[in-house]
Amino acid sequence: MVLEKMEMFLDNLQPMDLMRSEKMSFVQLIIPAESAHRAISYLGELGLLQFRDLNADKSPFQRTFVNQVKRCGEMSRKLRFFKDQINKAGLLSSAHPVIEPDVELEELEIQLGEHENELIEMNSNSEKLQQSYNELLEFKMVLQKAVGFLVSSNSHAVAEETELNENVYSNDDYGETTSLLEQELRSVPSNQSGLRFISGIIPRSKVVRFERMLFRATRGNMLFNQAPADEEIMDPVSTEMVEKTVFVVFFSGEQARTKILKICEAFGANCYPVPEDVTKQRQITREVLSRLSELEATLDAGIRHRNKALASIGYQLTKWMNMVKREKAVYDTLNMLNFDVTKKCLVGEGWCPSFAKAQIQETLQRATFDSNSQVGIIFHVMDALESPPTYFRTNRFTNAFQEIVDAYGVARYEEANPAVYTVVTFPFLFAVMFGDWGHGICLLMGALILIARESKLSSQKLGSFMEMLFGGRYVLLLMALFSIYCGLIYNEFFSVPFHIFGGSAYKCRDTTCSDAHIAGLMKYRDPYPFGVDPSWRGSRSELPFLNSLKMKMSILLGVAQMNLGIILSYFNARFFGNSLDIRYQFVPQIIFLNCLFGYLSLLIIIKWCSGSQADLYHVMIYMFLSPTDDLGENQLFWGQRPLQILLLLLALIAVPWMLLPKPFILKKLHTERFQGRTYGILGTSEMDLDMEPGSARSHHDDFNFSEVFVHQMIHSIEFVLGAVSNTASYLRLWALSLAHSELSTVFYEKVLLLAWGYDNIIIRLVGLAVFAFATAFILLMMETLSAFLHALRLHWVEFQNKFYHGDGYKFKPFSFASITEDDD
Amino acid sequence: MYGFEALTFNIHGGYLEAIVRGHRSGLLTAADYNNLCQCETLDDIKMHLTATEYGPYLQNEPSPLHTTTIVEKCTLKLVDEYKHMLCQATEPLSTFLEYCTYGHMIDNVVLIVTGTLHERDVQELLEKCHPLGMFDSIATLAVAQNMRELYRLVLVDTPLAPYFSECITSEDLDDMNIEIMRNTLYKAYLEDFYRFCQKLGGATAEIMSDLLAFEADRRAVNITINSIGTELTRDDRRKLYSNFGLLYPYGHEELAVCEDLDQVRGVMEKYPPYQSIFSRLSYGESQLLDKAFYEEEVKRLCLSFEQQFHYAVFFAYMRLREQEIRNLMWISECVAQNQKSRVHDSVVFIF
Repeated sequence: MVLEKMEMFLDNLQPMDLMRSEKMSFVQLIIPAESAHRAISYLGELGLLQFRDLNADKSPFQRTFVNQVKRCGEMSRKLRFFKDQINKAGLLSSAHPVIEPDVELEELEIQLGEHENELIEMNSNSEKLQQSYNELLEFKMVLQKAVGFLVSSNSHAVAEETELNENVYSNDDYGETTSLLEQELRSVPSNQSGLRFISGIIPRSKVVRFERMLFRATRGNMLFNQAPADEEIMDPVSTEMVEKTVFVVFFSGEQARTKILKICEAFGANCYPVPEDVTKQRQITREVLSRLSELEATLDAGIRHRNKALASIGYQLTKWMNMVKREKAVYDTLNMLNFDVTKKCLVGEGWCPSFAKAQIQETLQRATFDSNSQVGIIFHVMDALESPPTYFRTNRFTNAFQEIVDAYGVARYEEANPAVYTVVTFPFLFAVMFGDWGHGICLLMGALILIARESKLSSQKLGSFMEMLFGGRYVLLLMALFSIYCGLIYNEFFSVPFHIFGGSAYKCRDTTCSDAHIAGLMKYRDPYPFGVDPSWRGSRSELPFLNSLKMKMSILLGVAQMNLGIILSYFNARFFGNSLDIRYQFVPQIIFLNCLFGYLSLLIIIKWCSGSQADLYHVMIYMFLSPTDDLGENQLFWGQRPLQILLLLLALIAVPWMLLPKPFILKKLHTERFQGRTYGILGTSEMDLDMEPGSARSHHDDFNFSEVFVHQMIHSIEFVLGAVSNTASYLRLWALSLAHSELSTVFYEKVLLLAWGYDNIIIRLVGLAVFAFATAFILLMMETLSAFLHALRLHWVEFQNKFYHGDGYKFKPFSFASITEDDD
Repeated sequence: MYGFEALTFNIHGGYLEAIVRGHRSGLLTAADYNNLCQCETLDDIKMHLTATEYGPYLQNEPSPLHTTTIVEKCTLKLVDEYKHMLCQATEPLSTFLEYCTYGHMIDNVVLIVTGTLHERDVQELLEKCHPLGMFDSIATLAVAQNMRELYRLVLVDTPLAPYFSECITSEDLDDMNIEIMRNTLYKAYLEDFYRFCQKLGGATAEIMSDLLAFEADRRAVNITINSIGTELTRDDRRKLYSNFGLLYPYGHEELAVCEDLDQVRGVMEKYPPYQSIFSRLSYGESQLLDKAFYEEEVKRLCLSFEQQFHYAVFFAYMRLREQEIRNLMWISECVAQNQKSRVHDSVVFIF
């Protein structure tokens, strides 16, 4: 009776949104060729249909729309070129979306081509200009520097000019170097008529090697003078500024000259002739200078012109890029479709959520209408052999929690989704480990800041760490709220207890215990109404008390969560109509867990309520070692011993129960199916598919008894051992919580209070700073991370392994929204 | 300490070995080659390659592509990878990696010297050089008039200097001398590399000596075949063979006296590893010999990845990548010149 009522009740439950993934339909589209492009782009805007690649065996360039894809690739290359140019020119590609009528792709292609040609032409022009500018600039520098060297070499030969020369280098700043060189030169017994020189300019990094090479080539018969150039010169290829050095090589002989010229060429040194005559030098310098200023003006004008062109491109660059990306996506999708026999229609297959069928139908009609097509698009549901993708409709709140679950594995199609419970249990288990309402408030403020600036932050690009934080902002919010709650229960505010809910229940027995909470406290009124009494703080029995509390609480929470997991496996089995799993897996599992650890939880609660002194370790251990012995003073309630024996027997029975029957029954079903009806295979396979998608097929393709049995054995052993180890694993709640509170106590007492003990403002400030940093970085960041990871583990391993398969695959609809997000 | 590399190898070499194995898995597979061979235009090749690891290097190339661009960009990828590995490498791996490029260096020297002999423009020649074999003063090679100058001016600064000491003559440079110089340099290089690997010991020595021996033997065969009918004397020919490898020393004696291809074949068929290569060729045919040798080399290079904790994987990876670039060049040339029927003539599948 009761069971039937339960069933009735369960059947009438409202289906929960997130509990099961959306029902999916396998659909086929038959699109007339003329409306195909429009239909696909409309579907991309809708973003609710996942196409299957029907041409998977074809290589990309054998597909139908390869030319369009290529054109899109070419256009995006041009756009990248523009972007690159804009960045190089130091302009910001402005994000103002200029509202302009949509251009057609063909038009855009032409436009882009024009822009590209224009840019390339301008670039080559300015490159030429830049090159001649560079040459002139180098010439100018060579003139400036080389004149100094030459002057000194001429000085003792042509005596009249000496005065003049001295004037020259008193104008120059290089008097010092030249005079040094002068001495050097004088020592060289130079034959004025045979001594010749080559002057030029070379990148500074190559000077040493250059000189060495010259020395070797001329066997030391040369003189190398160098001076650093004043200005850096732009390298036209890499557009970087390069430091250069002016050199003058003196040598004699024709052969040496050809060699030196060859070496100059090999090293990329530019040689410039400098006349020896001073008047000529001046004349040339003047000419060069005037031409330089002319060129500079031209160059500037060119750059302005180019920047203007680039800016006008920059206005629309983002829009164009999006558009090209979309077009490419549309053609990529079209490439997944098949031509039908008549070559007039495209046939596509894919998955869509069942609720979206009407929407898709409507979109397709709109596409037909807009493209003035005579023939409508045919859209119908088909049967599919493969299992459908998993699709949960999440919102920005549930999304992060769904991500936490998906990180472990995407749910099998329509299997119970742990994310529903994770929304609450995850932040709660986190908070059990992170319970401190001071720290909680800090987290809360962080989360609130992230949420308040949601609209602003979501539109901009964040760093990877910030992005993670932002994505989990609602998780953070709940974690903070639960931390405050747990912190209030633990009565810790940066490890300091507060009398929020009235006074302590304890007071000193006499005046001797005035100094602190060591001994002599007695209870004089009702217990503290909420959470831990502040008087425990600092008392000798603080740790034993809190440990016992938190340990027991961890076990209670753990057993509750594991039970929830097993119950969810019941709902799964029920949903997929798998009565075998209910009878031979769910029932023994729940019996086994509750006979051992459910009983332990019961004992804990009774002990809390009755205030008994019983030793629970002893009870549990001797329940296995000698169940028939008398419990003595550890007896908590009447009839405990027979109950224990009963529970133990039940647990012992449950093990073979979950191990043996299921594989044998499966085997029997299998042999029955195939012996009874030799021709029935086709029918049954399809019927079964409807009943239990995915899991059913593996059974009748080839039933391998030993495999099934081993599998079941592994499962049972895992569960039995897991029941013990998982319960123990929940003790991490206690351990982490203890670590957190001890750590914050240390920082509070050993840093802040110690520093406050000094009557020195500096020490106090330093202490405060250290405390603040320790709180922020160790307690708020590292501890949050570690508590987060442990909560994650408890969910992934201890909770989800009870029911969750997680071997589905995600629904990835063809959607423009996701495309534009991707590459930015 | 042979056999105990596992203990210490990963301290310095682990990261780079992981990197190189990752690079190896990016090599084009037979499926890729099948697709590439079906391409109709160079754009198709580009499109297919953009889906592979070459993507970032090719995607910004404007559309009328040339074979040279494809090869250049693919080589650029190899060079980038090599430079990255070299930056990360510590001794003795860095020296090992440097050794891998000396072959290219020799080729580049020969290229430039030959080019200047034929009065080509130096810049043009420089563009043709393999970027892995570049050294600082390579352009100055053009200045040298004879070997002695070549050595004294330029090569004395490069790692090739010790190899060069064997072939310094004051003869003027001509085609024949240059070719002899190339082979002498190569001989010295291979022997030096071989000694270096022996010094490293362990699995590196074992595998590398196998690979280098194969290389030496292949060169010996090529020298023999190419010198048939030239004025090179037997003793001179004998001097160009490297002093190690499977053929050393008795095979070399026999190769030195060969007068035609069939005699070479007779010599080589005595050596089991080369039997299979020569048995595939019909008599008097030498065009397919190169491909057969390449295929055998690729097989051996791939095998070196089967063992862990040694440096030969770096050598093997670079060789395989070069083979891949050769394949790409051949395919692109065939596609560009509408000779698709010949596309399979010289492509060596790697996997």
